[in-house]
Amino acid sequence: MIELLQTVHQMGEGLLGAAWMPVWTVVKIMVIILPIMGGVAYYTLAERKILGFMQVRPGPNRVGYWGLLQPIADGIKLLLKEFIIPTGANKFLFLAAPVMALTPALAAWAVVPFFDGGTLANVNAGLLYLLAMTSLGVYGIIIAGWASNSKYAFLGALRSAAQIVSYELAMGFALVCVLLAAQSLNMGEIVQGQQSEYGLFGWYWIPLFPMLVVYFLAGVAETNRAPFDLAEDESAIVAGFHTEYSGMGFALFFLAEYANMILIAALTVVFFLGGYLNPFHGWGALGELTDQVPGLFWMLAKMSIFLFLFLWLRATFPRYRYDQLMRLGWKVFIPLTLIWVVVVASWMQTSLWVW
Amino acid sequence: MNFETILFYFFAAAAVFSALRVITARNPLHSVMFLVLAFVSSSGIWLLLEAEFLAIALVLVYVGAVMVLFLFVVMMLDINIEKLRKDFLQWLPAGALLATLIVVQMVWVLGDKAASTGMTAVKHAANYSNTKELGRLIYTDYVYPFELAAVLLLVAMVAAIALTFRRRRDSKRQDISWQVNVKRNDRVRIISMPATKKNEVSGADEAHAAD
Repeated sequence: MIELLQTVHQMGEGLLGAAWMPVWTVVKIMVIILPIMGGVAYYTLAERKILGFMQVRPGPNRVGYWGLLQPIADGIKLLLKEFIIPTGANKFLFLAAPVMALTPALAAWAVVPFFDGGTLANVNAGLLYLLAMTSLGVYGIIIAGWASNSKYAFLGALRSAAQIVSYELAMGFALVCVLLAAQSLNMGEIVQGQQSEYGLFGWYWIPLFPMLVVYFLAGVAETNRAPFDLAEDESAIVAGFHTEYSGMGFALFFLAEYANMILIAALTVVFFLGGYLNPFHGWGALGELTDQVPGLFWMLAKMSIFLFLFLWLRATFPRYRYDQLMRLGWKVFIPLTLIWVVVVASWMQTSLWVW
Repeated sequence: MNFETILFYFFAAAAVFSALRVITARNPLHSVMFLVLAFVSSSGIWLLLEAEFLAIALVLVYVGAVMVLFLFVVMMLDINIEKLRKDFLQWLPAGALLATLIVVQMVWVLGDKAASTGMTAVKHAANYSNTKELGRLIYTDYVYPFELAAVLLLVAMVAAIALTFRRRRDSKRQDISWQVNVKRNDRVRIISMPATKKNEVSGADEAHAAD
């Protein structure tokens, strides 16, 4: 994979000279963003199908074979719908909010390693960059709620702001454990730090298992997904912060939410499940055979586990009450992560630390 | 004029413009959003200075958390802008005096040093990690000041909570751990009832209908 990229890079440099660098970067960005957008579209179909199967009904099956054209039909419908700006809304911020929600969701992908050496930007402080980017997503939601000039939207925005700020702390502390274990903030080095002769037993999910749980659940809360979707609690506040949005404005919020879900799945895999590493590496003949499989396959396969978990959680659990949500974040997750930081830091000083 | 200089002037202009708009914007919410823009622009300048840890921490802490709470509060306040603007001219001289004082102080402290050292930043190699270097210094050379600052923040936090925390006697609250620990036997009682024969039931029904 790397060799192929290198040859393309060299060819382009010879062809265009100094102008090649921006072109190459844009090409790389497109190669990352387009599959994410496609993934978002088909993740919505997967969600409806899986929820359908879990509730013993077929899910969408009219548009295209097995409902496969449903996301495209939905996209066209949203594109053609009228975009309504409510009376008394702050027009500029109302229009800017969906963009502010989507931008950080896509910008965060810049440091995610898809395979060995396969990142857009190999930043030294990659993990910090990710935390900063994911913390910016909340602006889109708050601004949308305020600019809509609607009580429901405003209530949804307030709920969401408090929720995201609370769960960010637990998420950050869980990542402190990861960077302690990996001794690096670089995403590529975090994955490489999990490489061992024991395959999947060398990954951080064993020493950091409580952090895996905290990180993923905090991720579910950060993305406003069930059972923590109080910001769009349809039985209480209509549709929360995007009540007043129609057409493409709504579609952008939808894209941002699903892009964030895929991002959380990718990050959980990178931090705790060895990213693009082969789970059977070093397991005799099986290890040698599976080492031939490209890293991108392992990355996507592991991501799909967590993507499924998002849907499974949604189909299984009833929505949390707001005080329960705050209790879980502040009184359960944050103390747990604080204790685990100390545990990991002391554990690493002993000879019992083998990761 | 190379690319970095262009970037610097871009970020600097954005920072100055947004800082001005913070105090001139009519809507307080717009002021907060311009303050966010000012933070992001200065973070860009710090990135140009190879201080990536500070740049990212600024976005993470100030933009990602502090300003969100600012927005939260400003959105919920019912601010009467006309009333706020009424006494603007009356307080203008005092404000101007304060601003001049701050500018004089800054020039005094920074201006002389900047001129004497020449201010040419040394470029680092590509593998130089500002984050690592900062961490090493904080936890070795400056460990006591750092710990002191941390304790000070902790004390401030405890004090803030202690000042605002009051338990109301008359409010009813739920004990969530008690709710979570509920067992089936606390809520449902399964009792066994003797089965009745079909004839008896239908006989009773008929008797009931006859009434």
